[in-house]
Amino acid sequence: MKRTLFRNQLLPWLLLAPQLAITFIFFLWPAAQAVRQSFLRQDAFGINTTFVGLSNFKALWNSPEYLNSLQVTAIFAVLVTVLSMGFALLLAVAVDRMIRSTSVYTTLLVWPYAVAPAVAGILWWFIFNPTIGVMPYFLDVIGYDWNHISSKSDAMTLVVIASAWKQISYNFLFFVAGLQSVPASLREAAAIDGAGPVRRFFDITVPLLSPTTFFLLVVNIVYAMFDTFGVIDATTEGGPAQATNILVYKVYFDGFVGQNMGSSAAQSVILMLIVIALTVVQFRYVEKKVAY
Amino acid sequence: MNKLFAASGVALIASLSAANAQTEIQWWHAMGGELGAKLEEITKGFNDSQQEYRVVPSYKGTYPETMTAAIAAFRAQQQPAIVQVFEVGTGTMMAAQGAIVPVHQLMQEQGANFDPQAYLPAVVGYYTDTDGNMLSLPFNSSTPIVYYNKTVFEKAGLDPNTPPKTWAELEEFSTKIRDSGAATCGFTTQWISWIQTENLSAWHNQPIGTEQNGFGGTSARLTLNGPVQVKHWENLKRLSDEGIFKYGGPVGGDNAAPMFYSQECAMYMASSASRAGVIANAKDFEVGYGMLPYYDDVEGAPQNSIIGGASLWVLAGKPDEEYAGVAKFFEYLSTPEVQADWASFSGYLPITQAAMDQLSGFYGENPGADTGIKQITLNEPTENSKGLRFGNYVQIRGIIDEEFEQLLSGSKDAQGALDAVVERGNALIAEFETQNQ
Repeated sequence: MKRTLFRNQLLPWLLLAPQLAITFIFFLWPAAQAVRQSFLRQDAFGINTTFVGLSNFKALWNSPEYLNSLQVTAIFAVLVTVLSMGFALLLAVAVDRMIRSTSVYTTLLVWPYAVAPAVAGILWWFIFNPTIGVMPYFLDVIGYDWNHISSKSDAMTLVVIASAWKQISYNFLFFVAGLQSVPASLREAAAIDGAGPVRRFFDITVPLLSPTTFFLLVVNIVYAMFDTFGVIDATTEGGPAQATNILVYKVYFDGFVGQNMGSSAAQSVILMLIVIALTVVQFRYVEKKVAY
Repeated sequence: MNKLFAASGVALIASLSAANAQTEIQWWHAMGGELGAKLEEITKGFNDSQQEYRVVPSYKGTYPETMTAAIAAFRAQQQPAIVQVFEVGTGTMMAAQGAIVPVHQLMQEQGANFDPQAYLPAVVGYYTDTDGNMLSLPFNSSTPIVYYNKTVFEKAGLDPNTPPKTWAELEEFSTKIRDSGAATCGFTTQWISWIQTENLSAWHNQPIGTEQNGFGGTSARLTLNGPVQVKHWENLKRLSDEGIFKYGGPVGGDNAAPMFYSQECAMYMASSASRAGVIANAKDFEVGYGMLPYYDDVEGAPQNSIIGGASLWVLAGKPDEEYAGVAKFFEYLSTPEVQADWASFSGYLPITQAAMDQLSGFYGENPGADTGIKQITLNEPTENSKGLRFGNYVQIRGIIDEEFEQLLSGSKDAQGALDAVVERGNALIAEFETQNQ
């Protein structure tokens, strides 16, 4: 670790000030507001306010909808992470083995990352629209009646595909970089010892990629839990029958549509705790295992 | 040249000071597209008619977005004087004492020309308190009716000029249509909540909740798991299984209209304000109009249907001269000319008797345009058919959709689904009650 020493005590603070100000105004202050609000019960217009202690949290604990949302979020996050990382690794390995035009493929594969989640959602919504979409037409040919408006599993499939597709690009870039840092000498040595390509991949590449994989795992879980709001809002709006109502969408819906500020704030406090936990895990493990 | 500049400068200053002398009134609304353009035209008519006030309409997005924006603005003390709120937000707005100025009170305080008797009770009843005082001014109101495909009716050997009157007839017609191959599905519908639950209850004079469907206060609770509603949901499930009825999706049922336009379904229950859209899209067939069907074994049916749409609420905390302007503007909006213009353009219902009389010529020339107004004025509204008013109702509508989907998927029966609507809905209503104590 490199250390820079400042003679002047004030200068480092001055240099940090803009970032600190932004952190305070856009992160700490709203977070404090959310914590405060989570202990209050308030009508929509903010005319009557009562301190209710932990009752907003208790109500969540007893709410089947909230418990359902926790479960939905877990399933969704796991599916998005596995799917996007799996495909990304597959593509990265394929590109890594290419001799020519690697950069062309890399550029093309990174494109979807530039698409905003809401736009990605709309795109897939069109492709899978039961009335005008092209996929339901083909699925109908093989005898599957696709309808994400009434089928819970179809709706979940749609939002998982839309969310994972977008994230593949990001994961792909990291995997390509990770693969390039795996020393070729190790693979060659293994090859000389008689290990086949599959064996080499699992015994050499996978272990050496593990810091990248672990980092991506945390990033993808955070992505699936928070950044996919746009996808959900543009496609299923949490339906049908709450089947795709992930935690972050529920915070928005209960707070902004339902005008239940107390419950919405309590839910965002819980989400905040989840993020803190994930961040701690990431720093504990990644910082120890990865040498940047 | 310099003179010209000086003159235009003077003119500019003069026009600015004239603008400053005018009192500006902010109006936040949720009317996009052509309706929004018409709304601005109407507002311009008011602004040009006098010098003192200038109403500034601003489009704020969907109904929930507009309401949310107004509430957030109120919390930040930046609220507009007038906001358009959809009918299910009525409970929330009404409970916000201190945040709103009831329209009857505003008109009285400002000495405006305001006769509550001039308004149609079936329309304004939704927005009055139990004493009959108008709380908000209905702006765009509609009611669900039946649109049917006359061409398909003819192909199936049915009389194209006779829409089904009862649910038994609707089923009989649908079966004939499907069996003859004229269309693959009998009927579809918008809004399971608004049409197949709330309006079904009112149309059969069945209570939706206690305390006059919530008009009596925030202690009211839902009771829409009665025998008529259960029987109807059971029927819808059965007809859906038989392929006679096709579900168009939650909330407004976005997939219902394409099924009717593509002649897949022969009948379509939808808002009377959808008429223009239906005509524009019904390219290959002729459209007929009918009232909602009813069960003829239910006593008191048909009663009258209830409205949907939105009304204009006046928010508190603005200077008095703005309220004087709002009162003037509401007077203008209620005139028969403005009402008739708006209603004939949009398909929304007129709010006064005078406007309705003015529209008789238009209704004569446009068959079906008066089906909605006939239906809501069919009988004097009862406690069960005035409308409904519950807190957190936006979410309760969502619950109705969810439970209906559970019914369709077979994981619940009609009684179980409606019991769950009542149980989950009442929990939200109780929450609302404690928030507003």
